[in-house]
Amino acid sequence: MPDQVGLELIAGQLASSNPGAVTGTTFFRGRGTLEIEPGSVRGVLAALREQHGFRALMSVHGVDYYPEEPRLGVHYEMLDMQRVDRITVKLRVTLAEPEVDSVTPDWPTANHQEREVYDMFGVRFAGHPDLRRILMPEDYEGHPQRRDFPIGGEPVLFTHNDATSPGWTR
Amino acid sequence: MALTREPIEPGSLRARQLLARDLLRGDLEGLDLERHVQQSIITTTLDKAVNWARGNSMFPATFGLACCAIEMMSIVASRVDVARFGWEAFRASPRQADLLIISGRVSIKMAPVVRRIYDQMLEPKWAIAMGACSSSMGVFNNYAIVPADKFMPVDVHVPGCPPRPEALMHGILRLRKMIQDDPEMGWRQRYDAEGTEEIVPGAEPAGA
Amino acid sequence: MDAVSSTRSEYRAREDSITMSPLETQISQQRDGETVELLTLNIGPHHPATHGVLRLLVTLEGEIVRDLQPIIGYVHTGIEKTAEDKAYWKVIPVVERMDYLSYYFNAMAYCGAVETLLECEVPKRAQYLRVIHLELNRIMSHLVWLGTSALDLGAISMFWYCFREREAILDLFEFSSGQRMHTRYFQVGGVAEDIPPGFEQKLREFLDVMPTRADQYGDLLRRNEILLQRLRGTCPLDEASLLALGVTGPLLRAAGNPWDLRKAEPYSSYDDFAFKIPVGTVGDNYDRFAVRLAEIYESVKIIDQALEGLPEGPHITEDRKIALPPRHELATSMEALIHHFKLVTEGFRVPAGEVYYPIESPRGELGCFVRSDGSSKPARVHMRDPSFVNLQATAPMCRGAYIADLIATLAMLDPILGGIDR
Repeated sequence: MPDQVGLELIAGQLASSNPGAVTGTTFFRGRGTLEIEPGSVRGVLAALREQHGFRALMSVHGVDYYPEEPRLGVHYEMLDMQRVDRITVKLRVTLAEPEVDSVTPDWPTANHQEREVYDMFGVRFAGHPDLRRILMPEDYEGHPQRRDFPIGGEPVLFTHNDATSPGWTR
Repeated sequence: MALTREPIEPGSLRARQLLARDLLRGDLEGLDLERHVQQSIITTTLDKAVNWARGNSMFPATFGLACCAIEMMSIVASRVDVARFGWEAFRASPRQADLLIISGRVSIKMAPVVRRIYDQMLEPKWAIAMGACSSSMGVFNNYAIVPADKFMPVDVHVPGCPPRPEALMHGILRLRKMIQDDPEMGWRQRYDAEGTEEIVPGAEPAGA
Repeated sequence: MDAVSSTRSEYRAREDSITMSPLETQISQQRDGETVELLTLNIGPHHPATHGVLRLLVTLEGEIVRDLQPIIGYVHTGIEKTAEDKAYWKVIPVVERMDYLSYYFNAMAYCGAVETLLECEVPKRAQYLRVIHLELNRIMSHLVWLGTSALDLGAISMFWYCFREREAILDLFEFSSGQRMHTRYFQVGGVAEDIPPGFEQKLREFLDVMPTRADQYGDLLRRNEILLQRLRGTCPLDEASLLALGVTGPLLRAAGNPWDLRKAEPYSSYDDFAFKIPVGTVGDNYDRFAVRLAEIYESVKIIDQALEGLPEGPHITEDRKIALPPRHELATSMEALIHHFKLVTEGFRVPAGEVYYPIESPRGELGCFVRSDGSSKPARVHMRDPSFVNLQATAPMCRGAYIADLIATLAMLDPILGGIDR
């Protein structure tokens, strides 16, 4: 793991190669996180791959930070297999402008994962080859994993209760 | 030394076996034949016989959705062997199946598919909702799942998460009992199909 | 599903995510201008060979697969959303039901993430017990995979043999936790209960038998002519493509990359055990099959060592703010009563933060992301499921192969739809 010092070094190098990209660093429980500007995600990931050896993108997932703003977050978990290092890249977008550049052209693994983030949170990935819902039905309305989406659920009636609620299964 | 044979009691198993042997050879005649036939044939109605056969040769559809599917596979395996009851012929095509074991959670995307498969099955057909999720949302009561009763009639609900293979067997045996004992089985009521029984003029209506 | 048809129904138009015309022109150019008609086949969610409710839209030229698109979501259960509604303790059974063949792994990833947030120390005995159960689960998952894959390929009797062994393992799970599947045995801070007397002996009996049985499965399959023809050389994918697609686990190891999180980033005392990582060479279906078969032996070795070295000690953390106190303390100690009450009604509070905890599941890297906002319910639980990412490799693997190879590849991919759809 890059320790605190290593994390700051990476952030510093990124600040010089991608100016304005890195907005903050966090070192928590032994893992480093870089917070970046949403528009610079492709550049930052490319720089991490070329200059720092994080050649594997393990996970792209979304988080809803409601009620903090900006509300929607996308996390990229990167892995360096040679030095067994992990780093997280984090960006935040608002509900009003949930646009992020898709990293799928550079990292094919992000294809389905970005679709899932779109499906569940509504973050639109510009440049994604096929941005459709992946887990919910295609015509579903709403983005279920947002914190203000109701959890749903329904009462259950059984077939043999037909006597009290007739026509239930017809 | 003289060979003695033990005297055979009339009506014992050995006597019936010998009579059966004679019957097959064509040696029984007259009164003997009539008496033997009366003693050994089980009389029944056609309905009961058909239902007995149906209950013992069910073709379940291979319909595994989630974790319960693994336990459903376990009943086909050798410890709890569903082939003892004749139910091991799982058919992939719903047209050839008569039982739909909904094993697993039915999501809203899958519900129309399940309904379509159920519709493609031919009458008479039964459905077992296996596990808590398909019976009643189970551990998850949220936006993504429907209980199976919402869109199709279910005959037996087997609780459990996942139900042990023995529990599923119990549900299966209950269903089998329902099929064998109850000729109507309720599917005529389910589908408003009263009046579709075949009436043989002069005979009593079957199953009445 | 229609073949190329002139009337386009709305359903067909919606399904038109595979643009066929560039593909058709491409192929007809290859054939010197012959007109080529491609058939889109729907290998539907209900299918005996798709290992769950996976839907594939396959574009075929004759019997050769030209393009493939998986459509998932048919068993999406909203588990991650449900988990946000429950106390940390109660999330464990919910999260176990994701990848339903490797339930201990789901629980381990989640508990590991929460323990990292809590900075809670897991006692050594609990770690060894966890390793024992994890490796037993790995063997069981590989057995189900082997049984169902052999079933797909036609070796039907393998199903019964593998499930016979699986019953033995499930008996062990029932012995230690009371449930066959989804046992809720792993708790935050350790395991729910110590192993009962007799468990060790039963486990040793199983371990004596398992390598012989694995040998028998190997003897049945490894040099079988039909299996070799179906698996040898079919649908290989090179290591670079696999890494680009984020594939991990036996699929990556079959291509030659020995990446295994148990060795690379050991968790839960895996570095105390000596075991090898089986690695393939070509990365075709046969290598994937052989790697998983070899992993069964390695898991047996790990369990053996864990059992030998099982240390004495508590089976769960002594921190009463996290783990329930033992029941006999409730009669004597007031603090124990208060802790018990707090834990059962509200649950423990976890300091705010975000953590990603990866482990090696039978299918690859299973990572659990937990975000806590300081309350007693998680604010976000996300599982980076290996099958979800590995599924993206199906299309590159199967382009240009026959349908039969597609079925064999799906079997060797070992997708578990519960994990894919969550």
